[in-house]
Amino acid sequence: MTEKFEPRIVAFFCNWCTYTAADLAGVSRLKYAPNVRVIRVMCSGRVDPQFVLDAFARGADGVLLGGCHPGDCHYAEGNYKTLRRMRMLERMLKGMGIYDGRFRLEWISGAEGDKVRAVVNEITEKVRALGPLDMPGKFKEWDKEIEELEAHINQGGPRKEKLHV
Amino acid sequence: MSDKPAVAFYWCASCGGCEEAVVDLAEDILKVVEAVDIVLWPVAMDFKKSDIEARPDKSIAAAFINGAVRTSEQEEWARLLRKKSRVVVSFGACANSGGIPALANQFGKEQILKYVYEDCPGVDNPGKTRPKVKSVDEGRVLTLPELHGMVRSLDQVIDVEYYLPGCPPTPKLIMAAVQALLAGKLPPKGTVLSPDIALCEECRRKDSKPSDLSLTGFKRPHQVQIDPEKCLLAQGLVCMGPATRGGCEALCPGGNMPCTGCFGPTSRVKDQGAKFVSSVFSNIAPKDEKGIDAVLDGIPDPIGTFYRYGLSKSLLRRKLN
Repeated sequence: MTEKFEPRIVAFFCNWCTYTAADLAGVSRLKYAPNVRVIRVMCSGRVDPQFVLDAFARGADGVLLGGCHPGDCHYAEGNYKTLRRMRMLERMLKGMGIYDGRFRLEWISGAEGDKVRAVVNEITEKVRALGPLDMPGKFKEWDKEIEELEAHINQGGPRKEKLHV
Repeated sequence: MSDKPAVAFYWCASCGGCEEAVVDLAEDILKVVEAVDIVLWPVAMDFKKSDIEARPDKSIAAAFINGAVRTSEQEEWARLLRKKSRVVVSFGACANSGGIPALANQFGKEQILKYVYEDCPGVDNPGKTRPKVKSVDEGRVLTLPELHGMVRSLDQVIDVEYYLPGCPPTPKLIMAAVQALLAGKLPPKGTVLSPDIALCEECRRKDSKPSDLSLTGFKRPHQVQIDPEKCLLAQGLVCMGPATRGGCEALCPGGNMPCTGCFGPTSRVKDQGAKFVSSVFSNIAPKDEKGIDAVLDGIPDPIGTFYRYGLSKSLLRRKLN
């Protein structure tokens, strides 16, 4: 029996626009996929590219980043900084084999509750189609090759066969 | 057996530059040789593996291991030295974070072997022969170490007490570490034996770094006449200084070349490449996607540039295939 895959998506929403929009979606009783875990940050510019990589490394299947539209940032320039960083981060993710679709940056204003619903549903379906990323599982799988020798050396017992002469 | 503390040097996947760095201690090396009993140093002295195997556990005061771990042989040696040593010092960028060898983590094992033994221009190998872990020839058994699927830092394989950063570590840092070990003045486990400050703090060009870089493009060192006084980032060169630990006294910027990040990050940073992107790329000039992309095109190989010495210790560790 295999369990149905439910994507786990980490969403960083800025306090002034996208989080407010998510609130609006809530009070408007808009239904959207329950797969996002929203983390409120004061500004999308607070999101260090390390946060995105760390989310993936700890088991997120997708990461969504929401901020104010260009020109509307509560802190004037924060979302431009976000855009520049994330354009480069997208290239790096591609270089590391995490392809387009698992990470998404969207500008969602406080009035766009319906856009929150649409974007969350879209990324959830996209990631569902891509399947699990499961970095923690991959780390474990990759490290299997070094477990065997660890046990052998630590026991200090006679080896069956010399690895090298 | 001598009553001086036993010290071992070993190399894994490395270029030999870290061994050079030990020799670069110059006259100071005599003080080291006087104070310790070197029990293993493959580059310079003749010892066998059996000599180390015969020693009691924890009988080596300190093992300095450089190089990344790519093969089963390197892994076996690292584990053996861990067992026999009280302190293991991860020596240099490759041991600390994978170093240059870890750039191979952008490729799968099969991809690497196929290129090296079949596709690489200049290879004449019609039989597509590849090294085997075990082969038998007229009844004689020949064995070779196995190539692991990825490059690992030393601390991804064994427990490590201290780290000496750099490609290679500077003689000054090496000597300070050796003296601290000999004097028994040991810092807390896990310490990187270099100041926990950004390289920019040590750079004499620091005062010319503008608060807003407003970069309109990136250039590579061979494409420009580099101003020897001005901040290298302000000149549009990729200088890893802001995301790199100090301790080398800004040797490369002092020699009119940008920092490439060999000391790894400071203790507050988890992923050197991502942190560099965070700090520098927020400071480029364009505000629209097209303009931003044009600036980013000036860095054709972001992974190789931002993780030049640290792909093994990056948050994602290797490229997914």
